[in-house]
Parts: sequence; C-alpha cells; structure tokens
Amino acid sequence: NEKQYVGFATLPNQVHRKSVKKGFDFTLMVAGESGMGKSTLVNSLFLTDLYKDRKLLNAEERINQTVEIIKHTVDIEEKGVKLKLTIVDTPGFGDAVNNNECWKPITDYIDQQFEQYFRDESGLNRKNIQDNRVHCCLYFIPPFGHGLRPVDVEFMKALHEKVNIIPLIAKADCLTPNEIKKLKDRIREEIDKFGIKVYQFPECDSDEDEEFKQLDKELKECTPFAVIGSNTVVEARGQRVRGRLYPWGIVEVENQSHCDFVKLRNMLIRSHMHDLKDVTCDVHYENYRAQCIQEMTSKLAQDNRMESPIPILPLSTPDVDTEKLIKMKDEELKRMQEMLNKMQQQMHEKDQ
Amino acid sequence: MVAVVIGDHNEEKRNLSLGGHVGFDSLPDQLVSKSVTQGFCFNILCVGETGIGKSTLMNTLFNTMFENEEASHYQNGVYLRPRTYDLQESNVHLKLTIVDTVGFGDQINKEDSYKPIVDYIDTQFENYLQEELKIKRSLFNYHDTRIHICLYFIAPTGHSLKSLDLVTMKKLDSKVNIIPIIAKADTISKSELHKFKIKIMSELVSNGVQIYQFPTDDEAVSEINASMNAHLPFAVVGSVEEVKVGNKTVRARQYPWGVVQVENESHCDFVKLREMLIRVNMEDLREQTHARHYELYRRCKLEEMGFKDTDPDSQPFSLQETYEAKRKEFLGDLQRKEEEMRQMFVNKVKETEAELKEKERELHDKFEQLKRMHQEEKRKVEEKRRDLEEEMNAFNRKKVAAETLSLSQPLKKDKDKKK
Repeated sequence: NEKQYVGFATLPNQVHRKSVKKGFDFTLMVAGESGMGKSTLVNSLFLTDLYKDRKLLNAEERINQTVEIIKHTVDIEEKGVKLKLTIVDTPGFGDAVNNNECWKPITDYIDQQFEQYFRDESGLNRKNIQDNRVHCCLYFIPPFGHGLRPVDVEFMKALHEKVNIIPLIAKADCLTPNEIKKLKDRIREEIDKFGIKVYQFPECDSDEDEEFKQLDKELKECTPFAVIGSNTVVEARGQRVRGRLYPWGIVEVENQSHCDFVKLRNMLIRSHMHDLKDVTCDVHYENYRAQCIQEMTSKLAQDNRMESPIPILPLSTPDVDTEKLIKMKDEELKRMQEMLNKMQQQMHEKDQ
Repeated sequence: MVAVVIGDHNEEKRNLSLGGHVGFDSLPDQLVSKSVTQGFCFNILCVGETGIGKSTLMNTLFNTMFENEEASHYQNGVYLRPRTYDLQESNVHLKLTIVDTVGFGDQINKEDSYKPIVDYIDTQFENYLQEELKIKRSLFNYHDTRIHICLYFIAPTGHSLKSLDLVTMKKLDSKVNIIPIIAKADTISKSELHKFKIKIMSELVSNGVQIYQFPTDDEAVSEINASMNAHLPFAVVGSVEEVKVGNKTVRARQYPWGVVQVENESHCDFVKLREMLIRVNMEDLREQTHARHYELYRRCKLEEMGFKDTDPDSQPFSLQETYEAKRKEFLGDLQRKEEEMRQMFVNKVKETEAELKEKERELHDKFEQLKRMHQEEKRKVEEKRRDLEEEMNAFNRKKVAAETLSLSQPLKKDKDKKK
C-alpha cells in the first residue's frame, strides 16, 4: 500500500550500503601440529596462495622448538565486498618433544589482542581503532588416533573461553566413511566429557522454512568437520577441480561425499563469519574485560604501585574492598537504626 | 613464554586475487540479517514553539496518529517529553522515540530555554557512557536513547531567524545533528520562500551554526544528497486530513482558495524531508550521533574527570598519577562520608538519650504528682478520720454523760412510774 509506506523499511539497505563501503575484517587462527594440512586448507578455503616461500623445519630443528605466532594479512575483494583477512599461524605447536603448556604463547597472543583493544577502547580518541582480536580458531585433530589426545584436550580447554574453537579432523582422506563416523562420535563424546566449549552454531530462526532447518540440523550433527585441502588442481569427471590424485582415485575437495570441506566453507565464510565476530566481541572480549577490571581493582587495593601500565579505569565502579566496607557500614547503620526504633517503641508503650 | 610475533607480513599487505568464488561477499547480508533480527531504534527531537506543527508533522511523516493533546502556552519552563513507539514495516522493526519540547518559546524570558534541551541530550549520552563503563555490560541489547536528529522548526515569518532560534541552534549544533525546517510553509509564497531560505542559511553560516549535511562521500547517494543539501531548510506542511483531489484522496490542507497537498513537491518540501530523513540517511544519522557527537561528549567528560590520552608505547605515568589522585580523592570522600554517618549516629543517639531523659523526667514528675495527690488524699482521709474520731469521742462523751445522768435519776423515774 503505497499511501501507508513510510520508508524506514529501507534501513537494512542503508546498513548494507554503508557496510560495503566500510569493508570488513576477519582474523582466523589455525592451530595444530605440523603437517596437518593447515596451510593447504587455508589456501583451499580462500582460493589463493598465502604461503609463498615459507620454510619448513626438519625434525632435528623441531626438538626444542618454541611456538611462534605468525600473522599474514591480505586484502581480498569479491563482488565489491572488501575483506581484510588476517591468518594467524602457530608453527611449532605440539612439535617439540616436551610440549608442556605449548598453548601458552597462543593464549598470551589472544589476551594481548584483547588488552590492546581494551586500551584503545578506553582511550580518549577512538577514531581509528584496529580490531586485531582473533575471531575464530580452527583446531586440527590428527585422524590417526582414536579420538582426542591429552594435548588436544588441554589446548581446547585453555582456549575455549577466549576464542571460538572449531575442531576439525585433518587429512580425512585416510579414513573410510565408517571410520570417520566413529571418530566424530568419539570426539563429540570426549568434548562433552571434558567440558570443552566449542563454537556453537546459533539456532536458526523459527520462521525459516523446513528445508533450511533440516540443512541446519544436518550441519550441526556433522561436527567436527572432517576436511581435506589441496593446493593443486586436477581433472576429475571432466572438470578442473582442487583435489588429490591417488593411484586408486581422485579425492575432490569440494565433493560433499568425499569430505566436509564445503560444509566448513559455507559455515565459516558464507553464513557464520559475522556471528563468529559477534560472539568474539560480545562474549569472549567482554569476559576478558570484566575479569581484567576486577583483577586491576583488587590489585590496586592491595599494593599502592602497579608494575604494568593500566588502561583507563572506569571510576564509576569503586574497588571491591571499598564496596565491601560501604556494605558493612550500611548494615551496621541499619542495625543501629533498628535498635533505636525498638527503644522508641518501648517508650511509647510505657507511656500508654 | 611470551608470544613473539615473528612474522608480521603487514608491510606487504597484499591484494591477492582469488581463484574462484570464496563466498565472503555474503558478509553484508549476514550483517543485515542480524540487524533486522535485533531491530532498529531511532530518536527524534522536535524543537519549536508551541503550536508550530511538531506533532502534526510527526504524524504525517510516520503516517500514524501518535498521541495528540494540544499543548498549553502557559508552561513555567521548557520541558522535554519523550514518547516511544514500536513500528513495523515489512520485516523491519523500529523503536521510534519522539521527544517534544513542551513550552518552548512561550515564556517571557527565554534565556534559559535551551538548557533543558541540552541537559536532556547530555543525559542520554551520559546513560550510554555509564553503560559503556560498567564492568558487566551488554551494549548489544542496550536501548539507545541518544538523539539521532533534531528537527528545528522555524516559524514562517518570511524575514529571518528569531533570536531564540539562533541561540538555541548554536547551543545544540555540537551535540546533535540538526535539520532546520520551515514550519507551516503554506503561508509563504514561492518567491518569499526563496528569499527566506537564503536569509536563514546565510544567518546560520555567518553565526557558525553547524547543521547536518547529507553525506556525499558514498557514490550511491552522493548525487541526491548533494542536491538536497541545496534545498535546506526544508519548507514543510503537515496534515493528517485527507482531501479528494481529482480522482485520488491525498493528505492535504483545504483552503477556500485551493488545496495544499503535502506530498506534492511543488507545494512543499515534505517529500524531500521524508526522503532524506527516513529513506536515505537514517542510518547515517545514527552513525554520526555515535561516532561524532557521542565521542565528543565522552572525550570531554573523561577529560573533565582527569584522564589524559597516552601513546600506546609510553608508560602512562601521568595516567597512574591521575588514577592515584582520583583514588585518594575517592577514599577521602569515603572517609568523610563515614565521619558524617558516624556523626549522624552520635547525634541520633544523643537525641534519643535526650528524649529518654525527658520521658524519665515526665514520669518522675507524674510520680511526684501522683504522690502529692496520694498525700493529699491521705491527709483528707486522715482529717476525715480525725473528724470522725472527734465525732465518735464527742458521741461517747455524750453517751457517758447521758448514762451517768440516767444512773443518777433512775428511781425518780420509777417512782413516777409507781405513782
């Protein structure tokens, strides 16, 4: 009805237009032992080659290797939409002989990005804040075992409250469909058992059609995704596709009956990329911030000097100890007030 | 172990070409889908004299009969009346708040008229800032009440701005997006309007009033926005009444000499206002409010509180000192409050003691009084008793006397009797 039309139904279009102009950014972390196919998977996901000229270490060099953090940032564009993509690599993870706390550099890195953002957000001039927070971490589980290993469990538990973890079964082309199913069930069980909080897909809207809901359900039951990546293009069934050539056949990366690569790509990029960012901002970062503030206030209450520089502290919330003091005094006053009231009443009664 | 960022390939931030369709072009759609689910909110402030047509214009713009009692001219001062409505159009939910300035322009002395308006705007900023500074905060579902647009209604005198208009707009231009509009424009002819608009804009410019400029940096809308900027201030006519013109019914005002059609672009700029305000730039208005006006407020407020900005890599000594100073101040305040409370308690105790003493004295007095009364009674009773005793004695004496008398004369009586 044209007469009734006000026009604010165009708001979504306005938001769309502005977001395209502004561009997007996303930070993806990949973690897992060497040789799990992380780089290959990233290349396959983004259909590009981020890892030109990288150096692979041999076994000897890896004995005492420490975990490093390497960032690659690229600007990619598709149909007018610009994305600043940052891939955070964690070479060395799980490669040394003694891997005690090998996830610490990773958690430290994530915390540093949170801290940097917190500081920027608390500053006076917030015009150009850069968001380097890690929005998603793909964790590669080797397909050779019977489920999660201790290092997998420890890693995920150390990170599950700091970043969205998506566990993947790597190099899935060495498992038959039955084996994959067994492994997935096992891993899901263990994730439950150890209380690991991996990224949960949000429930789809109740007003979506049945087909969509069915797809959504299938997607959720398919986790953890069993993936295969490839840097090479082969000819299969008359087409040129990314795949791996074996004597016994050709594994196609984008063939849904061969692996879950397409599901992963659709979920990670095409439908849930923004939600991953939102959960990072609204949940993981907020938890970090709240914890940070509480730690700071309690530390400051104890000693008068602080070693590390602090971001701006919101003074509208008094420190915990003073608050407790205020509360105690309040209660004391209340009790005295009650006593006074009682005495007054007694006097009243005496009068009468 | 400290995380060592070995390679930061940022220096060569490459533009890579993609070997196929990756799919992140759906990102804007993902964002839009989330915003639609969350719903939008928009807050309009209408500033203008009583009766100038603010409510009618809102009704006309949003095609809804919002509440409508006529305001009185006899308010003591200016006060702001916010009203929130939930509107929906196709699948878009809009939480619209319209803030009216009641009593604006009615007082004889209007020197302070702008103050309630500025205070209201600041309060909404303050509320947002408070939420932002909380430890546990939820900004994503916070009901944003910050004013996104101030429609300033200029009376259609045909000459120039009123002094109150200039003063008010100058106070507001750094706090809110202002779009000046000429109200009740059906009393101005085309040529008068042209001169009026030019005069108004030149007065605004020469006094440095920053009004909202429709943005021209986005190619998709830069053309239309640029052309609309040239039509400011918009001359509007509002009406919710429908009149039949030709074979259509349109919103209009019917006069003996003709019908002023609200949506006729040659009659007034209503359509332009609606286009700019709602259909093209609503999101930009929200963005400007957040990114510019709110940030300015926040920066001033934090500076007031004593925070200074620091470089990212220098040790914030000054910050620490500032914090220490603030903390001392705060503790000092706390101690003072404690003292006050203690004093209050001591006073209260003294008071109650005094009361108790008073009551005691009263009781004592009463007791004394009772005692005296009792004594008095006792005395009286004693007196009565003595009287009675006296009487009894007297009676006894009389009795004895009478007996002795009767003893000495009993025979006589008998003799008398015997005779």
